[in-house]
Amino acid sequence: MIGILFSILGFIIYKGIGVISWEFITEMPKDGMTKGGIYPAIIGTLCLIGGSIIFAFPIGVMSAIYINEYTKHGYFRSFIQLMTSNLAGIPSIVFGLFGMSLFVNQLGFGDSILAGSLTLGLLVLPIVIRTTEEALKAVDDNFRQASLALGATKLQTIQRVTLPIALPNILTGLILSIGRVSGETAPILFTVAAYFLPKLPTSIFDQVMALPYHLYVISTSGTNINDSRAMAYGTALVLILIVLILNLTASAVRRYLSKKNNIN
Amino acid sequence: MKKLIGNLIQGLFLISSTVTTLTVLLIVFFLFSEGLSMFKESPLEGENILAVHSNNKVKTVSAEQIKNIFDRKITHWSEIGGSADSIILFTSQDFDTYFNADDLGPKFEHLPRKIDSLINSTPGIIAVFSSRYIPPHFRGKLIEVSNVSLNSFMSGREWFPTAHPAVQLGVLPLILGTLWVSLIAILIALPIGLATSIYMAEVASVRMRNLLKPVIELLAGIPSVVYGFFGLIIIVPMIQDIFNLPVGETALAGSIVLAIMALPTIITVSEDALRNTPRAMKEASLALGANRWQTIRRVVIPYSISGIAAAAILGIGRAIGETCFGHSVRLALS
Repeated sequence: MIGILFSILGFIIYKGIGVISWEFITEMPKDGMTKGGIYPAIIGTLCLIGGSIIFAFPIGVMSAIYINEYTKHGYFRSFIQLMTSNLAGIPSIVFGLFGMSLFVNQLGFGDSILAGSLTLGLLVLPIVIRTTEEALKAVDDNFRQASLALGATKLQTIQRVTLPIALPNILTGLILSIGRVSGETAPILFTVAAYFLPKLPTSIFDQVMALPYHLYVISTSGTNINDSRAMAYGTALVLILIVLILNLTASAVRRYLSKKNNIN
Repeated sequence: MKKLIGNLIQGLFLISSTVTTLTVLLIVFFLFSEGLSMFKESPLEGENILAVHSNNKVKTVSAEQIKNIFDRKITHWSEIGGSADSIILFTSQDFDTYFNADDLGPKFEHLPRKIDSLINSTPGIIAVFSSRYIPPHFRGKLIEVSNVSLNSFMSGREWFPTAHPAVQLGVLPLILGTLWVSLIAILIALPIGLATSIYMAEVASVRMRNLLKPVIELLAGIPSVVYGFFGLIIIVPMIQDIFNLPVGETALAGSIVLAIMALPTIITVSEDALRNTPRAMKEASLALGANRWQTIRRVVIPYSISGIAAAAILGIGRAIGETCFGHSVRLALS
């Protein structure tokens, strides 16, 4: 069973490693996406990651702080928690449709990085909120009470005591949500992704190419599926590498910071 | 002053925490408002209208009847409550066969008049044309196309949102396809996932577990489009070979990809559930002389069955929502 999962990884690494080269990462796609590189797709994915994190991270963390530090156990709190888990359970394609009807059509952003980032941000908001909440819950109440007893206000306690202790786990959640953003195809399908656009975005109202959608396009509906197969292996490998590196960084950050906190 | 800032920031936190709630409500609102408009709009494509001879008794037709008429499955008006005339089709593609270009004029300015006289002279005609060409003193009769009803939407067997001249919106094959694919996926994924989680929770050594657990969590993070790509490259041709099919993109291929996608979630959640079994219960069972397998089957699994069910639902639920696993499932649904 583990074998199946490993064989997937191994197969894609084996087929993709030969495709990846410096040119593959830094050149525009050429000849109907059968030659050249995936540079615009990588840049597009980075733009989307940045945009969605700028939106989702502050709101998610503030939301979790409010839920965990300010509300008492009660209807309001459980209602917000229920809605957060509801949001987490919504299929990603529905986020795509919602993003299209609200951001692209109603608010008139068009197919743009802005619309795509907001959609992806909403998608990962529940992940950020939940991991931050868990991180805050794990902070020992003695710390809070000690800080309050020394005359610090609630805000000072959160700022100086609770957040620094919870930071490693919050960062882990952040990195995990970046991994999720970089791999999602359905939400960007209707909101930002361009089928073929060999230039870099100049503003947040531009369309971009993105890695997952690029892979989807060249493996199912490219101009010449057989010729672009090698490109598909390479794209898949780059995508997996980004996600794996982010996940490994997450666990490394968590280990490093929690060790540091223990010494203090 | 300090208190004011504190209150302000608390307000900011409060606003942030309502964002998720607002989003859920907005999503529900948008899905309903966009979805309901489907039931209000005419299934006729674009600005087309449907016209018949003025003596025709038929007043409304449904989208399904239009499709059958244009597929020549309904050939007489008597079949949908009209006279005994046989049905004669007229669409914009037939402009050339009925009229010659000189009659119509360079900018089609005579087209409305021609359509009018054609409809008036042919009792069995049904004409589809753009509302731009409706004649000023039209002697024929416009008939209405009944809107898509909830009933026909849920039980309709045809899903052709781009059909001409009337779209066919029946969601039944999509629902049945989803149910079939996910049922087979559960049947494949649950035994394998359960076996792996039992191995990890009860049999494997600590070192093995510490090795496997992070790997499986990594696999849970692989983008669904990569799994779909893998399915398209490996599983689809494999199924084509094994069963000698003309195309391998079947419900079975989709189910296998879904099962693989769901496995990491199923394994992690059900392993947690299995490990929550109190040690005392396991030891009591072993002390009574049961061997390890009997203990797992009679004590550990019954104790954690709710967690295992949750694992299956979570895993498949995540996978069903994903649409991007290549063509395999999409074709199975249509």
